[in-house]
Amino acid sequence: MTDHALNARDTGTTWHLAEQEDHDHGGNGATVLGFWIYLMSDALIFASLFAMFGVVSTSYAGGPVPREIFDLKLVALNTAFLLASSITFGEAMPHLEAGRVGPTRFWLAITGLLGLAFVGVELYEFSHLIAEGAGPQRSAFLSAFFTLVGTHGAHVTVGLIWIAASLVQIGQHGLIQPMKRRLICLSMFWHFLDIIWIGVFTFVYLYGVIR
Amino acid sequence: MSTEPYDAALHAYGDTHGHGSRLGYRIGSLLAIVLTVVPFWLVMSQPGPAPGWTAAAIFALALIQIVVHVVCFLHLDTRSEGGWTLLAFLFTAVIVIITIGGSVWVMFHLNTNMMPMPGGHMGPVR
Repeated sequence: MTDHALNARDTGTTWHLAEQEDHDHGGNGATVLGFWIYLMSDALIFASLFAMFGVVSTSYAGGPVPREIFDLKLVALNTAFLLASSITFGEAMPHLEAGRVGPTRFWLAITGLLGLAFVGVELYEFSHLIAEGAGPQRSAFLSAFFTLVGTHGAHVTVGLIWIAASLVQIGQHGLIQPMKRRLICLSMFWHFLDIIWIGVFTFVYLYGVIR
Repeated sequence: MSTEPYDAALHAYGDTHGHGSRLGYRIGSLLAIVLTVVPFWLVMSQPGPAPGWTAAAIFALALIQIVVHVVCFLHLDTRSEGGWTLLAFLFTAVIVIITIGGSVWVMFHLNTNMMPMPGGHMGPVR
């Protein structure tokens, strides 16, 4: 009787633990949801930066106006780099899910190189503006511009470090489950940055040039 | 702690979250390229009737492109995580609209309604 009762309890315990464990891995879902919440809070940071830029976007303080300093060809090139990197990251995802290490690393590396090109062009643009005397201290418009675009660029740079670390980790561990989970979060982060960039190139550059 | 439950979980994850749908992803990529090229073309070659219309067009295209990216690249739908991702997204969208729209609206009226002051003006700092 006692044995039976104990057994029953054992079974109960095991069943409970198993469920917990299952929840933990399906916890892919919990991690992905948590990361999604992080992205949403990051979107709020960018919202406040966009709001600030919107408020002071015509406060030129007698300094240069967007039409004079923005080179739309350069912005188009940069936008193409970032959009292409978003698409190439998407190419890596089916290989990631199937556990194919080679193609995953290949597409991830291409994504990283395109992201690097994006940051390179942005740094070139920034240095060019500062050399022209259109640095962040020139006017409220330029302060807001450098803060908004610079914050986005900093995010992309963090993404690049994350991609580099992932490439190394994939080499060391292969595509184990925690690795897949991290890469799913990284892909969300990267696509999110591309979405923020849609707001930047529309609101800051294109709208700035025609207003 | 074998790898099998892991894989099963991931598979289930892939199934329910629609990471799979390659067709949706390809369509999303094509749409994203078109929705990026068109606003740049509108501004760089100025075929529109007036800057006001061009501005309205590029903002509309940006909104559409954001929806395309969120649906096709971030795989937002009504079912994933029991609807929590959608709820969080909609909440964020509301806050973003209030933050940006409200700030610009309030500050615009503050600037235009401010009385000019002697020895300077209280309008937008120019």
